[in-house]
Amino acid sequence: MTVAVQTDAEGYLANKDDWSEELANELAKELGIELSDDHWKVLNAARAIESESGASPGLRKVSKRSETPIKAIYKLFPDGPAKLIAKIAGIPKPKSCL
Amino acid sequence: MKTVLILGAGTAGTAMAHKLRRKLSSEWEIAVVDPSTTHLYQPGLLFLPFGDETEARIVRDRGSTLGKGITWHQTEVKAIDTERRLVDVAEGEPLSYDFLIIASGTVIRPDMIEGMLDGGWRKSVFDFYTLEGAKALQEALANFEGGRLVVNVVEMPIKCPVAPLEFTFLADWYLTKRGIRDKTELVYATPLDAAFTKPLASKMLGYLLEDKGVQVETEFMTGEVDAEKNVIRSYDEREVPYDLLVSIPPHTGTSFLEDSDLGDELGFVPTDQHTLAVRGTDRVFCIGDATDLPSSKAGSVAHFQVDLLSENLLRVIDGKELEPTFDGHSNCFVETGHGKAMLIDFNYDTEPLPGHFPIPHIGPLPLLKEARRNHWAKLAFKWVYWNGLLPARPIPISPTMSLAGKQLTAAAEAGGA
Repeated sequence: MTVAVQTDAEGYLANKDDWSEELANELAKELGIELSDDHWKVLNAARAIESESGASPGLRKVSKRSETPIKAIYKLFPDGPAKLIAKIAGIPKPKSCL
Repeated sequence: MKTVLILGAGTAGTAMAHKLRRKLSSEWEIAVVDPSTTHLYQPGLLFLPFGDETEARIVRDRGSTLGKGITWHQTEVKAIDTERRLVDVAEGEPLSYDFLIIASGTVIRPDMIEGMLDGGWRKSVFDFYTLEGAKALQEALANFEGGRLVVNVVEMPIKCPVAPLEFTFLADWYLTKRGIRDKTELVYATPLDAAFTKPLASKMLGYLLEDKGVQVETEFMTGEVDAEKNVIRSYDEREVPYDLLVSIPPHTGTSFLEDSDLGDELGFVPTDQHTLAVRGTDRVFCIGDATDLPSSKAGSVAHFQVDLLSENLLRVIDGKELEPTFDGHSNCFVETGHGKAMLIDFNYDTEPLPGHFPIPHIGPLPLLKEARRNHWAKLAFKWVYWNGLLPARPIPISPTMSLAGKQLTAAAEAGGA
């Protein structure tokens, strides 16, 4: 099934307000991930930090906030956790100033 | 006597002290707390490893950068008590304040990466974000005869986010001049998904990496430095071998912030994006690299924050409300090597765009484009730093970003936001 929601050219949510837990489940499925409670701990931490600070967090910060070791985050979100977390959590891509 | 207490006398703290000294009457004491006796011109650290800058030219006596009318407590901060409005210091009585400005910057933390401080530290593993690191690297580069030179950003956020790329470009130039570029593999390893992460920059500047023969290793989250095998290893078990590793270690806020329950997971201070007030406190503000803001940790940002926060403080002193004036404005030169540089100008909402600066359509400095005059302007900036920015004399650049003279359509064409 294809999720009917606007994303940018790289697959990040175009409009933050479109995000919902149901949508996250669908987005995760499309990326080959079935979301468990452990996934949600990480996603909720990333969303909370982004909403407080306005910046998509690096993995070290997400790891501390969610009390999930970085190694475990790699198991939960293989193939580029930083990108996958941002896509599923509906927050902007982690980026630099250029 | 009322007091504005500033923690840290780096770029942000020193400029803020001078700015407030100029704006507030003698009823106000302006005091800074900083244990270090010297002030370092940090942009110089980029050039020092290549022998294009010297310690003597980038370090000044702290006393000379503060001057009359500013009280300097030369001691370390231990903790902040925002309830009682007291700052506990290593030597002397606790300091009280009417307004507190945290400007304590960031700390480079090689200790956070397994193996980084083991056998190879400052032998084959270097940083250039500290004076000692940049000096040691200068010697290592002078003795470098070719092999794999790896530049690795361990994790964002870092100070001066473009400096690692600038270092890579300058290394290409340096190695070319020394005649050993063809004996060197130049590698840039980043935790992000590209060296240039914004669509327009990626489209317009991708050629730099290609032309200079820089190999890019993306989404590389360094877990470990293996100093015996001379490899860095990522959390997903990829290995990047090096002969010379130039690491940009993780950055955190200063430890007293954590001890005062004011730091986030990395010790950065939760700061309002537009007023610079520290969230959840009263009469406490944060500027410069110590904030958790999504703006760049850069001198220009500190400068713009000083301008805007000083105006806001005057409003508060007059009994008015804070205004959300800071827009994340940043303005940075980017050295690209061979005597050229770019200039980028952006804020929270607008990515770096092509155009001209500071006068729309005229310049003289072109934006997001390599030019010799940008390189000369970057070198000339050192004079502006010591004589304009630090003593908070007027510099004719707006603290908020202007879209005038910028090519807005370029971003849309590149598919960016």
